[in-house]
Amino acid sequence: MSSIIGEFLSPAPEKVDTSPAIGDTVKTTTCYMCACRCGIKVHLSDGTIRYIEGNRDHPVNRGVLCAKGSAGIMQHYSPARLSKPLLRTGERGAGTFKEIAWDEALRIATDWLGAIRATDPRRLAFFTGRDQSQALTGWWASQFGTPNYAAHGGFCSVNMAAGGLYTIGGSFWEFGEPDWDHTKYFLMFGVAEDHDSNPIKIGLGKLKGRGAKFVSVNPVKTGYSAIADEWIGIRPGTDGMLVFALIHELLRANRIDLDYLVRYTNAPWLVVQAPGTADDGLFARDRNGAPLLWDKTVNAEASALLPHVTPALVGEFILEDGRKAVPVFQLLAARYLDDAFSPEAAAATTGVPAATIRRIAAELAHAAFDDEIVLPIAWTDWAGRRHDRMVGRPVAMHAMRGISAHSNGFHTCRAIHILQMLLGAVDVPGGFRYKPPFPKPIPPAQKPAGRADQIGAGKVMAGPPLGFPTGPEDLLVDDDGTPRRIDKAYSWEAPIAAHGIMHMVITNAWKGDPYPIDTLFMYMANMSWNSSMNTTGVMHMLTDKNADGGYKIPHIIYSDAFYSEMVPYADLILPDTTYLERWDCISLLDRPICDADGPADAIRQPVVKPDRDVRPFQDVLIDLGARLGLPGLVVADGSPRFPGGYADYLVNHERMPGIGMLAGWRGNGDEHGTGPRNPNQLARYIDNGCFWRQHLPDEARYYKHANRTYLDYAVKMGFIGKADQIVLQLYSEPMQTFRLAAKGFGPKQPPARHRARIETFFDPLPIWYMPFEEAAIDTASLPMHAITQRPMAMYHSWGSQNAWLRQIHGANRLYVNRARAAMLGIADDDWVWVTSHHGRIKVQVRLMEGVNADTVWTWNAIGKRAGAWNLAGDAPEATRGFLLNHVISELLPAREDGYRYANSDPVTGQAAWYDLRVRIEKVAEAEAGETSPRFAAAAPPPTLPARPAILRYGERFRRARKSGDGR
Amino acid sequence: MTALPPPGGRKLGLVIDLDTCVGCHACAVNCKEWNTGGHAAPLPDHDPYGAGATGVWFNRVHTFEAGEGAAARTVHFPRSCLHCETPDCVRVCPTGASYKRAEDGIVLVNEDLCIGCKLCSWACPYGAREYDHDAGVMKKCTLCIDRIYNENLEEIDRVPACVATCPASARHFGDLGDPDSAVSRLVAARGGVALMPELGYAPVNRYLPPRPRRDTPGCTGAPAALPEAASGGGRFLRWIDAMLSR
Repeated sequence: MSSIIGEFLSPAPEKVDTSPAIGDTVKTTTCYMCACRCGIKVHLSDGTIRYIEGNRDHPVNRGVLCAKGSAGIMQHYSPARLSKPLLRTGERGAGTFKEIAWDEALRIATDWLGAIRATDPRRLAFFTGRDQSQALTGWWASQFGTPNYAAHGGFCSVNMAAGGLYTIGGSFWEFGEPDWDHTKYFLMFGVAEDHDSNPIKIGLGKLKGRGAKFVSVNPVKTGYSAIADEWIGIRPGTDGMLVFALIHELLRANRIDLDYLVRYTNAPWLVVQAPGTADDGLFARDRNGAPLLWDKTVNAEASALLPHVTPALVGEFILEDGRKAVPVFQLLAARYLDDAFSPEAAAATTGVPAATIRRIAAELAHAAFDDEIVLPIAWTDWAGRRHDRMVGRPVAMHAMRGISAHSNGFHTCRAIHILQMLLGAVDVPGGFRYKPPFPKPIPPAQKPAGRADQIGAGKVMAGPPLGFPTGPEDLLVDDDGTPRRIDKAYSWEAPIAAHGIMHMVITNAWKGDPYPIDTLFMYMANMSWNSSMNTTGVMHMLTDKNADGGYKIPHIIYSDAFYSEMVPYADLILPDTTYLERWDCISLLDRPICDADGPADAIRQPVVKPDRDVRPFQDVLIDLGARLGLPGLVVADGSPRFPGGYADYLVNHERMPGIGMLAGWRGNGDEHGTGPRNPNQLARYIDNGCFWRQHLPDEARYYKHANRTYLDYAVKMGFIGKADQIVLQLYSEPMQTFRLAAKGFGPKQPPARHRARIETFFDPLPIWYMPFEEAAIDTASLPMHAITQRPMAMYHSWGSQNAWLRQIHGANRLYVNRARAAMLGIADDDWVWVTSHHGRIKVQVRLMEGVNADTVWTWNAIGKRAGAWNLAGDAPEATRGFLLNHVISELLPAREDGYRYANSDPVTGQAAWYDLRVRIEKVAEAEAGETSPRFAAAAPPPTLPARPAILRYGERFRRARKSGDGR
Repeated sequence: MTALPPPGGRKLGLVIDLDTCVGCHACAVNCKEWNTGGHAAPLPDHDPYGAGATGVWFNRVHTFEAGEGAAARTVHFPRSCLHCETPDCVRVCPTGASYKRAEDGIVLVNEDLCIGCKLCSWACPYGAREYDHDAGVMKKCTLCIDRIYNENLEEIDRVPACVATCPASARHFGDLGDPDSAVSRLVAARGGVALMPELGYAPVNRYLPPRPRRDTPGCTGAPAALPEAASGGGRFLRWIDAMLSR
């Protein structure tokens, strides 16, 4: 009823229901929309997902949820979901499949894999992409007997992981975080709106609230960089020089934390100076193997592991055995005090003005030393000495793919950690903090398996496929130096490839280099599209045939929940569930979700039942393992050991006695970390919101590498083997060990072809060198850097078909600095050819101010192949979206001898995505309007549902409320 | 034409911190998922998997640059209904469908009265109105009217979805009519601004402007450069006498 007052209607009040029920059920689980793994609460109404929100109790996201997590509903109900196992019927790549039953699918897979295992298990290459169950999949590879296993870390962030683990026994992101509550100066390098998602945003919110200064070093000013107090638009791939110049300044002014260096790092350890001998550059050690230092109080060498000594930081000393030695600190100071690392030198390389570098150095020192933090918390150090307070250096750093995805990324990452150590800012109040189970011994003790004596037909491999070599003896190479893994990880080409080298698997398998394989088995890895370099070439390799008509890669098995670009390139498809339909675990044995104040792990529980004939990949893998008779997956009579699938495995599998996939509520439910199996463990997790977390006591929260309370705790929890102090490594002896082999020492030496490369790049102190691609091409003809970022609303989120997210990012542009574009005669919206040494693509330009003038960039993985993901053929992802991948080669330009190394970091094998160099040229008018290259749509799977013309998601909830059903 | 309630009383609204917003779209998508099943459900998406995907969103984030060269700022600007005190979108409504609640100032649409004439969307200078082509009615931000008083939610969760989910804590909700409320104090402390107040609609929502950048000598109290330490005459002599105990 309305009434009219004057000329205005005054309507009767609308009856607004301000207290509707949200749903009828709430279930907790863990998000999988990216790699953050936040806790979520899923509200269900009559079995349908009404709303997903962050779980306030969860240590990762504390109640918040990002755009991806909030769009989980659309991912779950995507029309691109696969619905039944598929067997290829036509040519590979055409997309012609028939649907088959699971029994048949598993029988085919068992036949292929069984034949391989009985003859040569290495002929299985098992690579699992964005897998969050690597503790299972890596173990499964060992059970099968193949060393050819890795997930996507090799093309993502292994430089970050390895650089940190070989330096401080931890790293950024999953292994550590800034002390968001105390830091006063935060320096962030190369975070391309990526790892990690919500914790960084939560942390930046805290910094802003406290008025801490936030400096972002990044060629592109978007996302986090946009809110930085200072943006340093550095030239890509030169961050190492900036860090060295900061170190140079701090050393020059002697504004470094000498106490910290002496107590917690190998700064005083003595390094043998005996050029031309087998121990040159190694640590001087006593007869027990303990490193030595020079004790100034007695003027003699002493074990560097003893407390109370007063070590020399500089000087040349004659050891008892007559050899000469100098402390690590002197080598470090000598190197970085050199004018080669002056602010002026760094300015020339980085494009950052010398005055800015000087000022940042002064600000770092000011924050660390003039603004120190003291927490009134008493603690006990590794030697049992009691301290009545915790002194902190409130300077923290974080780095990610902008550092990692360069061929000099390992050294740059080490350099950043060295800068943190010189400031005394590692695991102190206000500094960078370890997340348990880190720190680990440097490097962690696990070695990669795959030597000839560790594998054999029908046998379990004697060790894990991935680990941390400390010298040539740990490499996986044959006697003549030939790599033993298909990706050449742990070979002389990438000795510390701790995450494998996934971006080389298909190229190497296609070439049969170092040997042909039989089956490529992959999970969640879009290798025929955005997860490969040289995408067009990879499509060819996947479909290429031998003279006999057989495919060069004979069998490809692929598991994915969605109709991704990779599906048409497989022979057998094992359809996975969505993340809301499965059991899963986020294990301390895998990539943990702990925070600096305590360890945590988590599970996923099925929130809804699949409405399709799909199975969780982990269940399938366990089933396959039992069918293959893998020893860990069957009992004595040959029947499955885990008939309950992955949920059964999570509870009942033990890696070592008392250590299983989940650390919480072991035994009778009152043991944590280690303890007997608990059949009720999953119920306890569900009761607790699907996660487990333990709070460290105050006295264990900092100095974890040298904190008696923490170290004892870490041993009790099974995180580390011994409660010894973990001495941080400014100088890396494993690097020198490889270098000595290149100089002709030791039983295992690199082939002549690789010698100079190993000698150059295995420097025990960090170095900077021009990225390989830049050094190999003509920079005049390819004058620009080209890099990518992942937008926050899609970072690490496979499946851009998401109906909501694609409205935010449905096509990508090439972003070009406005002033530079004007010089090139390029205007906003122009179409350009982007040409590299490898190929060219046609894309549309968007001009912007906030990008380094020598750099162009785009959002990665927005471009989609026509027809994939059940998108319409004319979807903007296919017509206006593009991949930079087409112009990135997986191989570097040929050397003088014709050899082409992988486009990788020489230490870790990390894919050097951001080394790309290009030129851009305006296209002829007739060529504008559509990206190039484009690919014809493959045939869709047989039962892909029709795309809705209109989506009215949520309509039913309103209807139900109106009818009273929803109350 | 529709009447406005008498002025005074509570003015519920949002305070959005442009110094902290990283442009992640969490607010926009969480708003979408809450509201597509909420009071104004659904928020339909046309051609959701095709070339012209376009949907109803109550909250959209725009990113733009202001200024030139290295001094340019990248600004992330979330945009939604400002729940104006004197909104023309209500006054122009010929049926009384658009209305402003007297008790809290929230501007809503009564879909039962809406004839889909779109006069309100023409009247709103902020582009906050979202037309549902499917149902033929106008929709808009409800300030999560079905959350903020919802007794099925814990008290702490009785805030708009965009506020609850914001990872950077850049969004705040409260009574801007109460000068002592936390949001009013925040606005006062940070110099919060109304959007285009010159138009006279008296928006309730406030934006906190980006803080000045700190990238000049002395901005943190540190000197412009570190002085050279006394070297003692040699490269390493400055460290020769250090007596430090492990």
